[in-house]
Amino acid sequence: MNPKLTQKIASLVLGSAVVITLSALVFIIFYILYHGLPLVSLEFLTNPIREMGKSGGIFPTIVSTCLLAIISIFIAAPLGIGTAVFLTEYTRENVITKIIRFTTDCLAGIPSIIFGLFGFVFFVIYLGLGWSILSGSLTLAFMMLPTIIRTSEEAIRAVPKSYQEVTYGLGGSKWQSITQIILPKAMPGILTGIILSVGRAVSETAALIFTAGISLHTPVSIFSSGRSMAVHFYTIAREGISMPMAFATAAVLIITVLMINIVSYFLMNRFLRRYA
Amino acid sequence: MNEIAEKIIEKFLIMIAFSTVAVLFLITFFIFKEGIPFLAEYGLFDFLSGTIWLPGENNYGILPMIAGSICVTIGALVVGVPLGVGTAIFLVEFTNKRVRNIVKPMIELLAGIPSVVYGFIGIMVLAPWVRVHLGGSGLSIFTASIVLGIMILPTVISITMDSLSALSPAYKEGSIALGATNWQTVVMVLLPAAKSGILAGIILGMGRAIGETMAVIMIAGNALRIPSSIFDSVRTMTSNIALEMGYALGTHRAALFANAVILFVFIMVLNSIAIIITKKRHK
Repeated sequence: MNPKLTQKIASLVLGSAVVITLSALVFIIFYILYHGLPLVSLEFLTNPIREMGKSGGIFPTIVSTCLLAIISIFIAAPLGIGTAVFLTEYTRENVITKIIRFTTDCLAGIPSIIFGLFGFVFFVIYLGLGWSILSGSLTLAFMMLPTIIRTSEEAIRAVPKSYQEVTYGLGGSKWQSITQIILPKAMPGILTGIILSVGRAVSETAALIFTAGISLHTPVSIFSSGRSMAVHFYTIAREGISMPMAFATAAVLIITVLMINIVSYFLMNRFLRRYA
Repeated sequence: MNEIAEKIIEKFLIMIAFSTVAVLFLITFFIFKEGIPFLAEYGLFDFLSGTIWLPGENNYGILPMIAGSICVTIGALVVGVPLGVGTAIFLVEFTNKRVRNIVKPMIELLAGIPSVVYGFIGIMVLAPWVRVHLGGSGLSIFTASIVLGIMILPTVISITMDSLSALSPAYKEGSIALGATNWQTVVMVLLPAAKSGILAGIILGMGRAIGETMAVIMIAGNALRIPSSIFDSVRTMTSNIALEMGYALGTHRAALFANAVILFVFIMVLNSIAIIITKKRHK
């Protein structure tokens, strides 16, 4: 066949792959927002769950989701950033870094249901924390580690070495150069990873059902059980409790995820423009 | 004084850096601790080859679930790989940076959509369509494959794009200079050069598909038998665990953990292959 013609056909076929991929995204977002957004009201966001989710609002699930996201970040961020600092500043490539990188990659590939089962036996039963916000947050923190490590490592590596050399030249120590120069400069990049991890906490279901539980009440402490928004959505959608409520909850979930992605996109862009 | 502080900080950071190692160890240890005693007692072969799962009658065969997981995973690859690799090739080789900068964040957004939402779209839109036009209940391997295929797109696309853009521009320039078209360059030069990276992306996509739980529970129908057609309903290993864990006790619970051990081994093998392929490339 004529190569010019093949080229035309190929770009048409490949272009349609892009169109299909993007239409899937656009369809999902518009379908959910079109059916769900009109049902979202201030009452829906601030009322307790009534009749197992048939009526009322989703206030308890918003509180649970926020608590889960905040606490898991507080656990995962120091560990993840610390690991990234070690990998970039304190060691050369050797067996230890190979092991750490391999386990990080492995951890990233473990499905959330396995994390959920682990959280259930380890935090809920073995450590006796029960179905609680704390058990859920610890499980989430473990899941977030790989993302935070990778993005922090990239961010730290993007900071020019000369910045650090200046600190040494002024008589600063290694730790001073890290805390006062490198980490502040790398912060937008590190934050991107943290915000993406918040997204993971918001959309996670399988790992939370067996760790944070499915209580309908607003959690009063980190030791109370509480269903996250995604878990609540799963329950009412799968058991067919109320389709309008399911659509409204899905709309809130999608808007949250959209905002998280937009913020992380702009942060990352600003960061890359500065150094790349 | 400062010297000592620096030393302490360094030791502390080493400890932190081993947190992922500790986490992976804890997960492996506790999943195996709960599952292995059951496997030893029931017999690994009986567990893997048994076709009947009836916890009430002490029958724990997971062959239907293994078949289910494999079917939806293959289905997801059939849908997701051509779409994903095609999209990646178009974005890297057939378009400019402006278009890429708009499309890439949208693909990342696709990865951010919760799996329960994918499952919900499957129930509300896809399954009814399949029911009307292709027959059956609509909750089937076919439906699950389409939804999972879309869910693995971000993984396949981003890794394929990375491995294509990592190629030295000399490859492309040489081929174009010889008078080849863009497409000829892609097929004859770039794809062969990037094939290990693309393969790693496909394997990671496989891992995602086999590990996906919530979306599959919602759209695959969860029937406990070995499927004979793509319009049959299936239960995957992940669905089995998530569906029954809520009320399982005693031996039943141990059997679910044994199921998790098998799933864990599947995933670790896939992950390791993908990691080794990528490492080889970087050398």
